[in-house]
Amino acid sequence: MTATAIRPGRVENDGEAPPRRKVKHALTRRERKGLRLARALVWPALAAAIIITQIPFLVTIYYSFQEWNLLRPGDQKFVWFDNYATVLTNGAFLSSLLATVVIVGVSVLVSLVFGMVLALLLDRKFVGQGLARTLLITPFLMMPAAASLIFKWSMLDSNVGMVNWALGFIGIDPVAWNTDVPILTIIMVLTWQYTPFMMLILLAGLQSQPSDVLEAASVDGAGPIRTFFSMTLPHMRQYMELSILLGTILLLQVFDPIAIMTRGTGGTKTLSYLLYERAFVGLEIGEAAAYGVLTVILTIIVAMVALRSLFKIFTTEGMR
Amino acid sequence: MTKGNEMTKSNLRGRRWLSLAAVASAGVMLAGCSGAGGGAGGGGGDTVTLTLATVNNPQMKDMEQLKGKFEESHPDIKVKFIQMEENDLRDAVTKDVATKGGQYDIVTVGSYEVPIWGQNDWLTNLNDYTTQDSEYDVDDILPPVRQALTVDDSLYAVPFYGESSFLMYNKEILADAGLEVPEHPTWQQVADMAREVNNDDHAGICLRGKPGWGELFAPLTTVVQTFGGNWFDDDWNATVDSPEFTEAVKFYTDLVADAGESDPVSFGFTECLNLFSQGKAAFWYDATSAAGSLESEDLSEVAGNVGYVHAPTVETEESGWLWSWNLAIPETSKQKDAAWEFVSWATSKDYMTLVGNELGWSRVPPGSRASTYEIPEYQEAAGAFADITKDVMLAVNPEQPGVNPQPWVGIQYVTIPEFQDLGNQVSQKIADVFAGRSSVEEALSAGQDLAEKAGAAQKE
Repeated sequence: MTATAIRPGRVENDGEAPPRRKVKHALTRRERKGLRLARALVWPALAAAIIITQIPFLVTIYYSFQEWNLLRPGDQKFVWFDNYATVLTNGAFLSSLLATVVIVGVSVLVSLVFGMVLALLLDRKFVGQGLARTLLITPFLMMPAAASLIFKWSMLDSNVGMVNWALGFIGIDPVAWNTDVPILTIIMVLTWQYTPFMMLILLAGLQSQPSDVLEAASVDGAGPIRTFFSMTLPHMRQYMELSILLGTILLLQVFDPIAIMTRGTGGTKTLSYLLYERAFVGLEIGEAAAYGVLTVILTIIVAMVALRSLFKIFTTEGMR
Repeated sequence: MTKGNEMTKSNLRGRRWLSLAAVASAGVMLAGCSGAGGGAGGGGGDTVTLTLATVNNPQMKDMEQLKGKFEESHPDIKVKFIQMEENDLRDAVTKDVATKGGQYDIVTVGSYEVPIWGQNDWLTNLNDYTTQDSEYDVDDILPPVRQALTVDDSLYAVPFYGESSFLMYNKEILADAGLEVPEHPTWQQVADMAREVNNDDHAGICLRGKPGWGELFAPLTTVVQTFGGNWFDDDWNATVDSPEFTEAVKFYTDLVADAGESDPVSFGFTECLNLFSQGKAAFWYDATSAAGSLESEDLSEVAGNVGYVHAPTVETEESGWLWSWNLAIPETSKQKDAAWEFVSWATSKDYMTLVGNELGWSRVPPGSRASTYEIPEYQEAAGAFADITKDVMLAVNPEQPGVNPQPWVGIQYVTIPEFQDLGNQVSQKIADVFAGRSSVEEALSAGQDLAEKAGAAQKE
């Protein structure tokens, strides 16, 4: 009833200019009631959204001004920016930022290259294509903790691991993966897990490539390599950018392989692992909260820069 | 017209209330979410429901299996078990107890936490209960374990099972090499033998290298202490870069590099158990509780072929550690008397016999009561390691495990809140030593800085 009552009024106002100010005047009491109801109906959802998203963050900010070790209940006090000073001066934050950049950056790029290769291979007709695609996606569907355990025990174990066993055939001595090359180990696990994700996005891109363009290229005498670099790659650009963005966002939270395999040693202490250590090993609630707030600020900056450049690319692509 | 308007107004008001109610109920639902998994409330009527948080170790699973027997004899008490992995339990219980959440009536606490929590008045003092309960026989609990759970003469928890550490060796490998392991070896003897028998087929020794205060630093702290070093001196001055500490860590890392497992950062208790039980290591220095698994035919290829001797020493007479999983009652519990009924049942002499009869004698929780070691059936089932476990557990001195006096009670840990963080960070630096990325001196001088901060907090 109320909804139908509002509509005619709106249509009338649309005809007049300027419409915005007029709307306010032209509203009948009935319509105002309708609007009030509509607003009242939005409230629960809005309130829930505020409660769920903003209050935890405000509480985190509050905690970051506290000196509070969970095991020292009497010593909780307000210390303003002391935690931030500690966090920024003790060196752990910067080194872990570097570890995050190295691990996430390399993993994303390597996964992108492998994903592209696999997508190109899958983007052609052959018997068992569906099966091959399903098998290739499997690593991404696996729980990160399970994947890390598989790598730890079956693949990279120094005693019974398959990788060292295979290396033995070509005369390479067993490698102590977690001890000697922790960064490489983590990157290997992440690449294995995220290559299928990249592959899926890139495959969608490849399949959206119009076939007449490729046909025209081959009529003009371009070989497969020339076609790939001159036609396919430019077409794939936005898909690659999308997969880099999404892959980076997903990988920034990486935790499981580090907790299970390297325990943050040898340059693998990423921000999320550092945060976990401060909160659950150190039990320093204030310090951990300060790390959390800094991480959020940093993520917002990175995301803003990344998103802006990405949208710029998208718009220029669209105009081309 | 007016009437109609009135109607809509009241209708609207009604709707507004409705939406308010919706917001409120959303809030209630959220609150409900955060409280889910709690439910410490005593059941209706006369029955009381106790909530027990515990680690998912085999001995605890046995306890859950047998809780029906307790409920039979105590019809007014029901016990609800919540089992977690060790680290999760530590997180969950610490949070609950520290924030006075009151979710649990009984908690499983490691011996590291008991004195800290006791000092914070988070745990119920059990002295009154143990003195009133004449059948309980608190003096039967192994004295070193009891000492570690006591603060200022107040007992804050009772052990469910306990362990020390000793040296295990593969009899076959050592007999083939013509070597004999003395009953009280020194670390130098063990290192020489391990280096001699180390080859491509099996490691000379397995020693934990996985970072973590409870992983690497459980065995390494005992080595440091028998070398004459320690984390702090009697006045809480950090001594991590002292010559003794340095020498011990050098000895340990060199031994692992020369004759140990090849990927030390991956190796903790479980990994060493795996390696040793496959016959891929000649020696293993670790927890006495490993013996149960090693002697089980199903789990181990070396069952019946393992020798057990005292923990290797340098300057002290004994160097075994001391750890126990204990049951305690948080101060926040509203059903302390009922909780004590269960705690005393699960740590009583009768419980040992019950486990033996119902589940088998090899599954009796070890290392808590002296009387356990006098049960003939247990002696028979655990013959290979029962006596030495008891000897070691009675011989260790948690008040002064090292050469010099220390201001805390405990062996492979320091009972201050900062220690898990300190031990964790220093162990990560030692991982760099294993990998050759850093020297022992560099790692320990960084550790000294961390330890000085932790020590300063104790001096305040």
